[in-house]
Amino acid sequence: MTVQEKAKTIVEEFSMFDDWMDKYSYLIELGKELPLIDEKYRNETHLISGCQSRVWLHAEDKQGLISFTADSDAVITKGIISLLIKVLSGSEPSEIVGADFSFLDEIGLKSHLSPTRANGLVSMVKQMQLYARALQIKQNS
Amino acid sequence: MKLDIEKIRSEFPILSKKIHNKPLVYFDNGATTQKPIQVINRISDYYKNENSNVHRGTHYLSQLATDHFENARKYIAQFIGASSQREIIFTKGATESINLVATAMSDFIFPNDEIIVTDMEHHSNMVPWQQLCIRQKAKLQHLHVQPNGSLDLNELEELISSSTKMLAIAHISNVLGTINPIKEIVSIAHKHNVPVLIDGAQAIAHMPVDVQDLDCDFYAFSAHKAYGPMGMGALYGKTEWLDRLSPYQYGGEMISSVSFKETTFNEIPYKFEAGTPDVAGVLGMEAGLRYIESHGISNIRFHEDELLDYATNKVKEIDGLRIIGESNEKTAVLSLIIEGIHPFDLGTLLDQMGVAIRTGNHCAQPLMECLSISGTLRASFGMYNTKDEVNVFVEALKKALKMLL
Repeated sequence: MTVQEKAKTIVEEFSMFDDWMDKYSYLIELGKELPLIDEKYRNETHLISGCQSRVWLHAEDKQGLISFTADSDAVITKGIISLLIKVLSGSEPSEIVGADFSFLDEIGLKSHLSPTRANGLVSMVKQMQLYARALQIKQNS
Repeated sequence: MKLDIEKIRSEFPILSKKIHNKPLVYFDNGATTQKPIQVINRISDYYKNENSNVHRGTHYLSQLATDHFENARKYIAQFIGASSQREIIFTKGATESINLVATAMSDFIFPNDEIIVTDMEHHSNMVPWQQLCIRQKAKLQHLHVQPNGSLDLNELEELISSSTKMLAIAHISNVLGTINPIKEIVSIAHKHNVPVLIDGAQAIAHMPVDVQDLDCDFYAFSAHKAYGPMGMGALYGKTEWLDRLSPYQYGGEMISSVSFKETTFNEIPYKFEAGTPDVAGVLGMEAGLRYIESHGISNIRFHEDELLDYATNKVKEIDGLRIIGESNEKTAVLSLIIEGIHPFDLGTLLDQMGVAIRTGNHCAQPLMECLSISGTLRASFGMYNTKDEVNVFVEALKKALKMLL
């Protein structure tokens, strides 16, 4: 599946929720369930510091496709991270660099990606795209 | 006297707004208070009917604007008990007020001198002094916060010495709600000839302030935390200090005469007010303080103390909840953490329920470090808040916890 297709699936999933409670309960479940990052990467080098919740991100090159793992100390942030990982992980670098994050807007979570929300997500997305860009350059050289 | 909350609420247009389809419960007054219609009207009336540059023209409007501007200065001086309006300098807010003093104080701080702050300072009353110390090779000392959120004055007696050249401290902590014993602190400092600056950002709208009674040398506050406009504030300074300090910005009204050889500066307060001032902001600040006065600051204090007690008792029912800041002298601020739950998660869910609170380190990272916590959830009250709103807040908190646990 392409990044776009995966994003569409998530939008469809979220369209089933009638109210904010269901939506956030789902995010919390996603956040709780996923053991996102290998403990050894939960360190200073992998830390993306947001003002409030901390986010750790690790990227790996798996035969030309990028695989992300991440974690956060806030569970809602973790839920949103796992959405982003569902959409981006296992994709070609070029797809990640050019990814459209409007699906977060469609499921009503855009505010979490606005720079005023000091939760580390904005920096995380930037960091994901930076990794992708770096791998893209490596592949092209 | 009891506040007429219903009337007060009707005068704040934003309070009738719905957030995520729920009535707004605004408990983020420590960050900024909402504005009553009197303040909003004062600002728009100025631009509609009085707009003109002050201290300049011979024409009618300029005279009118100047009169209103200077009357506001007089009123603000009275509001905080200053002996003269010359001691009131208009600034962008408490942060600029503190920066002004910390910059101008450079002339009086030398290598190996010491400046004392406390662990509970907002970054705005810590970083300017830290940077001054770095510039002048002086040393920044800090008074510890006790586990209950108060200060130990014996520690101050031990810390202060002939090397101490300045003491800067919050009147009320923005995280803990602690009301510091300023009068005693000033008297200890003055025994050692140490001037004292009070960061009154969190106090001005919540308790009576009398700078002559406190005997502090400087008092800084912002209009926007006192029902007035953003980007406006004041610095009170004793005449003897303001006369000694050099201007920190140049140009405009602060100048007396200029030639290419030399420039002489205007007298206080003008020598600290470079450039065209925010006249509408000054008039809005005055309107905000007049609004407070019309309801009585002591009545407001009483009401907010009641809310704090009520909320404190209510949240204590929640398992695993810890209140951060339990000083006996405390008002208007309730900071808490809940075991195993990140404040950001709580804040996000409360927002969905129309409750506006603040989470995070509240621009007080040294305090967080000293208390070994990463952040808190802070509910901070204003004169328009009610017990019903506290009930909504506590129910929302319980609902959020149920979702998160």
